[in-house]
Amino acid sequence: MKGPRVLGSDRGQTGVRPGSDQGQTRLRRSLAAIAASAGQAPIPTVLLCAWLAILTCTLAARGPQSSPASTQAPARIISLVPAVTEMLFAIGAGDRVVGVSSYEIYPPEAKKRPSMGALFDPDVERILAAKSDLVIVYGSQTELMSRLQRASVPMFRYEHAGLADITSTIRALGDRVGRGPRAREVATSIERDLDAIRQSVAGKPRPKTALLFGREPGALRNMYASGGIGFMHDMLELAGGIDAFADVKRQNLQATTEILLARAPEVIIEVHPAEGWTPERIVTERAVWKGLPSLPAVRTGRIHILTNDRLIVPGPRVAEGARLLASVLHAAGR
Amino acid sequence: MTSPLRRGVPVIVACFAAMVVAIIAAPFIGSTSIQFGRVFSSSIPYADNVDAQIFFIARLPRALAAALVGGTLAAAGVVFQGLLRNPLATPYTLGISAGASLGAMLAITFGAGWMIGGVAPASLAGAAIAVAIVYALAAARHRGLSTTVLLLAGVTLNAFFSALILFVQYLSDFAQTYRALRWLMGDLDVAGYAPIVAALPMVVVAFLAFAWLARPLNLLSVSAEAASTRGVQVVHVQRTAFFAASLATGAAVSVGGPIGFVGIIVPHLVRLLVGADHRLVLPASICFGAAFLVGCDVVARTAFPPIELPVGIITAVIGGPFFLWLLVKRT
Repeated sequence: MKGPRVLGSDRGQTGVRPGSDQGQTRLRRSLAAIAASAGQAPIPTVLLCAWLAILTCTLAARGPQSSPASTQAPARIISLVPAVTEMLFAIGAGDRVVGVSSYEIYPPEAKKRPSMGALFDPDVERILAAKSDLVIVYGSQTELMSRLQRASVPMFRYEHAGLADITSTIRALGDRVGRGPRAREVATSIERDLDAIRQSVAGKPRPKTALLFGREPGALRNMYASGGIGFMHDMLELAGGIDAFADVKRQNLQATTEILLARAPEVIIEVHPAEGWTPERIVTERAVWKGLPSLPAVRTGRIHILTNDRLIVPGPRVAEGARLLASVLHAAGR
Repeated sequence: MTSPLRRGVPVIVACFAAMVVAIIAAPFIGSTSIQFGRVFSSSIPYADNVDAQIFFIARLPRALAAALVGGTLAAAGVVFQGLLRNPLATPYTLGISAGASLGAMLAITFGAGWMIGGVAPASLAGAAIAVAIVYALAAARHRGLSTTVLLLAGVTLNAFFSALILFVQYLSDFAQTYRALRWLMGDLDVAGYAPIVAALPMVVVAFLAFAWLARPLNLLSVSAEAASTRGVQVVHVQRTAFFAASLATGAAVSVGGPIGFVGIIVPHLVRLLVGADHRLVLPASICFGAAFLVGCDVVARTAFPPIELPVGIITAVIGGPFFLWLLVKRT
């Protein structure tokens, strides 16, 4: 190491320049390097890991799995997955839910239950203290699963997948919590609703649609679209649209301006949670699309900003979400 | 003194040529195949000409944004390394990117961005707050500007803002978290020229200051005492360097997000080629940084079409090993 330079990564700096002739400078640099390595290194690493974790779990598409630890109906259920919490309430097991995630949206009662953390930050201590006999975990929570396994807490493992997996999860969940008959009723009713929507749009023209679920406010940047797998894609196809990104075999992709221009969607549907979306904001955000004037959707004004969590949660309200999509895609007079 | 300066000129010319070639070539490469005859055809109305729109709305602004951000970050890196007399300094060492990121996170998470005009102004505001805090701390107990306090205040502020960023993440929902994290990895799909035009005046002001700073920074890099005996107003130079480099960094981050590695790799690479004279290092770094980031962005958008990679990953993956190779080769 005779070389005069020492390099550090852009974000995590460690080490000082050796061979410095001034003691004071060396001390100053050491101080700075220590402060830099202590202060800077971990945070971007944490963010990167979190991002990769999200990516992994959005890419994974597996159905539900139930651990065979116990067969009797649980009395104290903790659900760390909002979609499954909705399912539990829908099949009449809501009164047995003693803990929920911090992301709960629906039903209102679910939000009142004690929060046990969420995907990245499950509060293991509270979960164990709640003496639950069934914990619903997301498939990527491997650390939590191994800890619960050591404590012999039964688990129900869930991961987001396609539309058909929603009703099959409801049935499996019903069997697991001793509400089998009711769960089958709910699932069948959802499937009947979905079938009705599919039939109502049969034979109608199917517009090529980009289903976006995120965009930077006020700009056509940082846009994410539903890819060719997952429940959002399935909902769009069922509601009578052709997914502009159907060939991309991922649950989501970044929709750059280039890919949007190349795919030329006839309809653009943005879905957002209702919070923070005033009517004025919707008007402002729709106008942003004028930046891509050749898009057929922009020319014909078929840009819809839907602020409704039914479209985002793969739970028992999917049929309502699909109906909303169908009404937007096939509204009378278009 | 003149001979090394003259030896550096071909390098600057080569870097400038690389930048021009990169900016011209980049719009011709992409994940979609477009017909270049149609792009420049005047017989097709622009509104119907998808090929032209892909070229002029999606690709050309992207190449220009990459050049602007790359050149600016590289130059800011040079100035911060000179100012702090620390080869490990980056444009992000003093907490500017953390402040900018916090502003952007707040805009993305709470949707407040649409009220103040988007994520870019929010990130600029965050950067300005960070700069003000760091400057106030560094100037508080000294008549001048203490680079030690500057450095320590900067890295502490970095950690503090990063903690706040994590807290905002904690409050946000799943989709927002995803987009916020993605913003932190850098993205140059600017979708038009407005973001570039908005950042350009700030970059021009910063570059004019850099041009004035080149000579004083050379003297300052020996020692502050030596510089002041040669007639350099040390405090004035330090203050100008700090604010100009901060302005440049804030502008670059508001366009492309906190893209890493450019601000440290490019200056060091350029110094290996032309030596330490800031009159050579600054222009060469600007041109080379621009060419480098344009190239990285081309890789980011064409490596796995139609999926796009975060450009920050490319700068790290290409830049890191290349820099190491050059270092080993030289010694």
